Amino acid sequence: MIRTDVLVIGGGPAGLAAAISAHKNGANVVLIEREARLGGILKQCIHDGFGLVRFKEKLSGPEYAERFIDEFKALGIKTLLLTFVTSVEETDNGFKAMVVNRDGVEEIESKSLILATGCRERTSKQVFIHGTRPSGVFTAGTAQHFTNLLGQLPTKKCVILGSGDIGLIMARRLTLEGAEVLGVYEVKPTPSGLTRNIHQCLNDFGIPLHLSHTVTRVFGEDRLTAVEVAKVDDKMQPIPGTEHMIECDALILSVGLIPENELAESLGVEIDPKTKGPRCDASLMTSVPGIFSCGNALHVNDLVDYVSESGETAGKFAAQFVGTDRETVSLDAGEKLLYIVPQTLDTLADNSEIVVYFRSKDVYDDSVFRITVDGKTVFEKKYAFLRPPEMEKITVDFSNCGLSKSSKIKAEIEVTGK
Amino acid sequence: MREIVCITCPRGCTMQVTGSDNDIKVTGNFCKRGEDFAKAELINPMRTICSTVRTTYSDAPVLPCRVSADIPKDRIFDVMREINKAVVDKPLNRGDVIISNVLGLGVDVISTSDLLLEI
Repeated sequence: MIRTDVLVIGGGPAGLAAAISAHKNGANVVLIEREARLGGILKQCIHDGFGLVRFKEKLSGPEYAERFIDEFKALGIKTLLLTFVTSVEETDNGFKAMVVNRDGVEEIESKSLILATGCRERTSKQVFIHGTRPSGVFTAGTAQHFTNLLGQLPTKKCVILGSGDIGLIMARRLTLEGAEVLGVYEVKPTPSGLTRNIHQCLNDFGIPLHLSHTVTRVFGEDRLTAVEVAKVDDKMQPIPGTEHMIECDALILSVGLIPENELAESLGVEIDPKTKGPRCDASLMTSVPGIFSCGNALHVNDLVDYVSESGETAGKFAAQFVGTDRETVSLDAGEKLLYIVPQTLDTLADNSEIVVYFRSKDVYDDSVFRITVDGKTVFEKKYAFLRPPEMEKITVDFSNCGLSKSSKIKAEIEVTGK
Repeated sequence: MREIVCITCPRGCTMQVTGSDNDIKVTGNFCKRGEDFAKAELINPMRTICSTVRTTYSDAPVLPCRVSADIPKDRIFDVMREINKAVVDKPLNRGDVIISNVLGLGVDVISTSDLLLEI
């Protein structure tokens, strides 16, 4: 039996930042990672662009992760690698996790728990692709794992479905390694990935992006031989007669990420249907006292810098957690918002510097983002454009709004342009 | 007029660029880096490349690497060929040089991970 103050589950950027922050705030910390090495998905994100906000440098994924790993190791924080959490339950003193690794089964008791479990990719089964079941259908992350960690090129000639950032990054990566990327097909009328990635990953290499298109069927016995693509209507339904076949040996899917929250759900943590992550207050504590969430398990971030930041917040408050009462009030997202984090505020806490993340539901030009408390504006910011792929971060002072549990707090976007 | 999207940071400003040579006007950029990028795009577009290099270690068959500074966009595939010829046979720290002054471009190909020290 291991006893600790804070148990961090997940050794990616969120978990590393959370563990470092909890340690610096005086807590005894144990971190559990199911893989052999720390760093999470950044291990295979060998492209650059990480750390611009935090380090003002353009780092590759491994470089960004290893800066945290170096610090983490220097602090001597206890780590269990190749260790899987099979269950967690609440006890009178906090939490008890059952873990399994090469040494067998072990129990870990902690006062607070940080879930930094990241997210998973949506798979072909979740986007209803019809046809045979040949090999050669990969998620972008799997293709990235083969290429960047195993050094095996998974395709010579492929089609990419979905314009998520990992798909765009892989379009460039596979092209650099000599594969032919025939096109990126996106069912929505706007790209899912960051604008800069459309330019530096597709346009730079002459890879066409087909918006309002989808893959309707796959063909092939042992290995994929072709896919059928079609134009879609404004309800994203394939338009009959627009189908055509494309010969290729792989279909790579970049169709979205879903926060991984099985453990959270097993503990009765309330999940926000919009973020698919736990509903949290500004300390990133979930609906269950003592359980904190951060990184991509909380909501899918666009930049790792914000993942680390949320880890630090969760780590600090998890270290300080003593089970004081809280009185939460909802922060509601208006209809033009895809989501907002945090989803609640603790009226008894210091609410003078609340970091709020949000995404818009659609592409909006000239607009105003506004937060009101009981109809009174407490925060307003103008945006020349808002795009769903780009997460926005603001800091709001709620300390003089007379927050109570019956306050009506609402965040909305008002489109002021045409 | 030409429209250029800045790739310097995730903000991705769409910029309008007019003029040529020493008289280039840039609008729509949020910061100075956008202007610099737009001008470079017209005169001599530069890019970073990140890739992997083969190793002799079976537990880590490839090591992540990148160029130490931007290279001309039209030399990307030339540099990729050099990267794919290289083989790392000893543990490197991140930042260590794998290929120095690649193709005489004045930049090195460097390791971006301590991976080989860990296995």
